Amino acid sequence: MIRVSRRAALGAGIAGSGLALAGCAKIISADKLTQSSAFERVLAYAQVWTRESQRFLLSGGALAREYPASDISAHFRANGTVHPAGEAYAQALAEGFAHWTLQIGGLVARPLALTLAELRALPARTQVTRHDCVEGWSAIGGWTGAPLGLLLRAAGVLPSAKYAVFYCADVLGGEPAKGGAQSPGQYYESLALVDAFHPQTIIAYAMNGRPLEVPHGAPLRLRVERQLGYKHAKYLLQIQLVDSLAGIHGGAGGYWEDRGYDWYAGI
Amino acid sequence: MTADAATAAPASPRARAKPELIYRHALVVRLTHWINAASIFALVGSGLNILNAHPALYWGLQGNDYADPLARLPAWPAWITIPSYRDLASARHWHFMFAWILVASGLVYLAWSLVSRHGWRDLRPTLADLRAIPRSILDHARLRHPHGEGAKRYNVLQKFAYLGVIALIAGMAATGLTLSPGVDAAAPWLLDLFGGRQSARTLHFVFASLIVLFVVVHLVEVVLAGPLNEVRSMITGRYAVPPERDAG
Repeated sequence: MIRVSRRAALGAGIAGSGLALAGCAKIISADKLTQSSAFERVLAYAQVWTRESQRFLLSGGALAREYPASDISAHFRANGTVHPAGEAYAQALAEGFAHWTLQIGGLVARPLALTLAELRALPARTQVTRHDCVEGWSAIGGWTGAPLGLLLRAAGVLPSAKYAVFYCADVLGGEPAKGGAQSPGQYYESLALVDAFHPQTIIAYAMNGRPLEVPHGAPLRLRVERQLGYKHAKYLLQIQLVDSLAGIHGGAGGYWEDRGYDWYAGI
Repeated sequence: MTADAATAAPASPRARAKPELIYRHALVVRLTHWINAASIFALVGSGLNILNAHPALYWGLQGNDYADPLARLPAWPAWITIPSYRDLASARHWHFMFAWILVASGLVYLAWSLVSRHGWRDLRPTLADLRAIPRSILDHARLRHPHGEGAKRYNVLQKFAYLGVIALIAGMAATGLTLSPGVDAAAPWLLDLFGGRQSARTLHFVFASLIVLFVVVHLVEVVLAGPLNEVRSMITGRYAVPPERDAG
């Protein structure tokens, strides 16, 4: 019995110092690794595996679940910009967005400029879906808007186009990361064409049966239901079809993507 | 454990001076054990960093600042999160890389256990095992670890612990996938299985907590059973069987 307890004490001592060492090593090495670009490139492989496996799983064009209206959240949290700064937006808001136009250009046969009234006159899709924030929370809302695929077909996407890039009217500040604060920047987003043409990808102008409110992206926001919240760009001004995301802002395809978040946000 | 463990001659009293050395853990078990251990370490640390972005848990389809949470959690301290500072984007990169590694390693282990019959031979609780549960509980409570022949097999509580942690890791993968809006579109039955995305998120945390509990108990048992011998057996595969105790 004495032998067991002595051995156990020795073992506990070894294990305890081992754990303490592991703890210190963890703080030093995990942070160092996180900030090394080589390790970042290694971790980035997981994004490719995730994206490609989800592309395979969703190759049939599966729809995100749509909920009954009774599941709609009483309060839908707004993240990111909740009221764009600047004279132009203030004036547009004062005019009830009567002169707001959505431009569609880039690699298209017929560039378009659609007013809010013209968008509302198009065939609409209404969907009650769950909005999943990258932070972990979810809210359910009802969205009405023009299918993006319809707009893109009207504009005639050229075969060389690979991505749709969404330009927004708001400038967003960053968040703390990698030990420092991030820079503010113009909000933008981008989608692969397979997601842009998905039937649930809409340019929404109404939420829960009422015109979009300012915190939710008035007058226009993107809904791309099979991806996380930050892909759902608000305060939409312009859609550009491009063959590469390089050279657009930080080159990673979106405001948050330029600040380290995954471009494919299916998880 | 391998066949030579079962067929080895019983330790004679004279063998006590020099403990019998058996080949206890196959290479696949040892490899996947350490890959899983490292992955769980990285997943727990990065998972708590992710949780710090919204440290509240809900039940049902939805949950956000305007909903009543099941629990509001404290902020997880820097020494336990990966990275130590707040960085949701990087924590997610760690998390998904090690999730892929754990799933791959887990599938290799499961496939090998099936083919080699490791699962059936070493992990399946036998009728004799079930009868020995009260005895095994008593032995564990008194910190008495098996010696001789008994030390060559997993005891019944050990079997349940290992089977339980395999089930928990499967549950982690399933609840984790339910958090993905992409996977939810492809497999909406996952949402029904767990009662909604926010329920799945809460279960993801509960299962992770149980895995951490397993790891703590596992480490305590390793220390009590003789850490050098136990750790060596999981590195080289060789395990020194503790000699039979004298009667009384």
